[in-house]
Amino acid sequence: MTPTLQLFLIISAALFSIGLLAALTRRHAIFILIGIEMMLAAANLNFIAFWRFAPPPHPPTGVMIAIFSIAISAAEAAVGLAMVIAVYRHYRTTNVSQFDQLKG
Amino acid sequence: MSSALDQIFVHAKRWLLSWVAVAPSWVIQIASSLINIVAVLAVFLTLFALISVMERKILARMQNRYGPNRVGPFGLFQPVADGIKMLIKEDIVPARADKVVHFLAPVILAAVAILTLGVIPYGRNMTPFTIDGGILFFFAVGSTTELAVFMAGWASNNKFSMLGAMRAIAQMFSYELPLIIAVLPVVMVVGSLMPDRIVAAQGEYTLGIVPRWFVFTPWGFTAFLLFFISGLVESNRTPFDVPEGESEIVAGHMTEYSGFKYATFFMAEYLGMFAVSGLAVTMFLGGWHAPVRVLEVVPSYVWFFLKLSALLFVYIWLRATLPRIRVDQMMNVAWKFILPMAFTCVIAAAVWHYAGRGLRGWLWSLFVIVVVYSALSILLDTRRKFAPRVYRFAE
Amino acid sequence: MNSIAFLVISVLTLAAALAAATLRNLMHAALCLPLVLVGVASFFFLLGAEFVGLALVFIYVGAVAVLIVFTILLTRRGVEKDPGFHWMGVIIALAVFGGLTWSILQTHSLSIVPPHIRALTVRKIGETLMTGYVWPLQCVGLLLTAALIGALVLVMEEKR
Repeated sequence: MTPTLQLFLIISAALFSIGLLAALTRRHAIFILIGIEMMLAAANLNFIAFWRFAPPPHPPTGVMIAIFSIAISAAEAAVGLAMVIAVYRHYRTTNVSQFDQLKG
Repeated sequence: MSSALDQIFVHAKRWLLSWVAVAPSWVIQIASSLINIVAVLAVFLTLFALISVMERKILARMQNRYGPNRVGPFGLFQPVADGIKMLIKEDIVPARADKVVHFLAPVILAAVAILTLGVIPYGRNMTPFTIDGGILFFFAVGSTTELAVFMAGWASNNKFSMLGAMRAIAQMFSYELPLIIAVLPVVMVVGSLMPDRIVAAQGEYTLGIVPRWFVFTPWGFTAFLLFFISGLVESNRTPFDVPEGESEIVAGHMTEYSGFKYATFFMAEYLGMFAVSGLAVTMFLGGWHAPVRVLEVVPSYVWFFLKLSALLFVYIWLRATLPRIRVDQMMNVAWKFILPMAFTCVIAAAVWHYAGRGLRGWLWSLFVIVVVYSALSILLDTRRKFAPRVYRFAE
Repeated sequence: MNSIAFLVISVLTLAAALAAATLRNLMHAALCLPLVLVGVASFFFLLGAEFVGLALVFIYVGAVAVLIVFTILLTRRGVEKDPGFHWMGVIIALAVFGGLTWSILQTHSLSIVPPHIRALTVRKIGETLMTGYVWPLQCVGLLLTAALIGALVLVMEEKR
């Protein structure tokens, strides 16, 4: 049973939905970010799988997109965590159901 | 004849593999990898045992006393005694510590340190694993050390451990960047991330006498110094051993570990030291090449280990001589001095390459480095008065 | 050999992802994220994109995971018990997974085996980055600088 493209895509879909589960069911702000990171990793896996199974010629487009996606998601994680710390300083909690006021 | 002695380990491995030549190809692959792994482990664990006793003796001699000299001739069997002591100690885990993470932290640290030893070329045709992005593998795996240190500090359920772990991580990731950027000029000049190619690019000798190692160029020398200092910090060695400062935070993240787990931390630190020194030898000191062409009869791995031992001796010498550096001074120097100098090395290497790689390039890159160094020294002059210090804590 | 590796890696990755999404103990769940990312990096190695796999381990496990555990440490006072299990989230996630899998299985042109591909060396990636993708490279550099400055500004305390 050599892994076909469908199998890789199904694994990536599973990882994506588990990330979605984490982002939807968790109440801690940081775990929502962890869910988002897992979803991004699943999307990268999708790109690389499609690059690998491409017909000739094989342009390295999938790999390039994955590289940029990793860099951008690292930046987004950093800014997201900075925001969590800033919000924590104000609300003294990281429970997202308690972030209910827009006024500082 | 010298070539036979040089390749003796490669021939030994081929002879061993000929015993399984009838097996399918994946079995041969696994057997080949296993032989490499066993060889690397055997050599480096022996070297670890030897260095642990040599360090104590060298430190002692520099402090005008004898080191351990009771066990065996000149105390050379001390590691055996130390090993037995560590093994029979009671393994104490704090009651409210997180058992799984507490157990995994030293394991992951040691595993990561051993993984990084796998891409360094130890001799001609003697790299355990050739990966296309070998240097990137080294740094990617080496940066996992921080996570293991954090796990150790957090799982101990001890405020000193947590504080030590946070200090250790802050120190390690602020020197992670100079470590990598100091390696960048070499990768740029050679054009490849494989340690084998980097060693091969340093193989010629000008006039048959002076080797073309990268350390003999101005950018290479500066990059070597920066890499060496950053390697010192990454291995938490004195003078940068704030994380394990014995008089400040007991043992930092290793406080709640006893017996064999402490020995594993100890081993992981030394193996990290070997890996960083091995990489410094590969990238700057010419790997397994001999210094003079006539001395190439001596096998290549002998030269590698001689150079490695010289670097380790300098590590031990620095430990004996320098006092501990304060945390904020260390961070200051990392971000304000070492990082700009590392970027200057990249620019100087480019200048060296484009001005022809001869004397003209050498002088121009020296000029670039000296200008930036003088500018930084004037800008960071610490003899000016500063405002009273303000401490910031996260609540 | 290939399929055994694929099976082992996929089981490990999905198990770690489930652990990261559902464990009650915050630190254990946060420490499973690096495991998921190492699993995804192993997938990349299997697929022949070693550079991306190493870059993933380097950036994510070496930096982002440490950042996440540090932030959990610094914001510990606001941890309360999660009030029960949210069935809506599970149903939505299962629905998304079902929808995606159904559409993947319906597309028969995707059930192909890996073709023989030229190995993508780091040199080729570097050349492509510097010739065809130089504008995205500069933009990503600018974006990372902006993110760095932005994150610092967000976290710095105001001077009295």
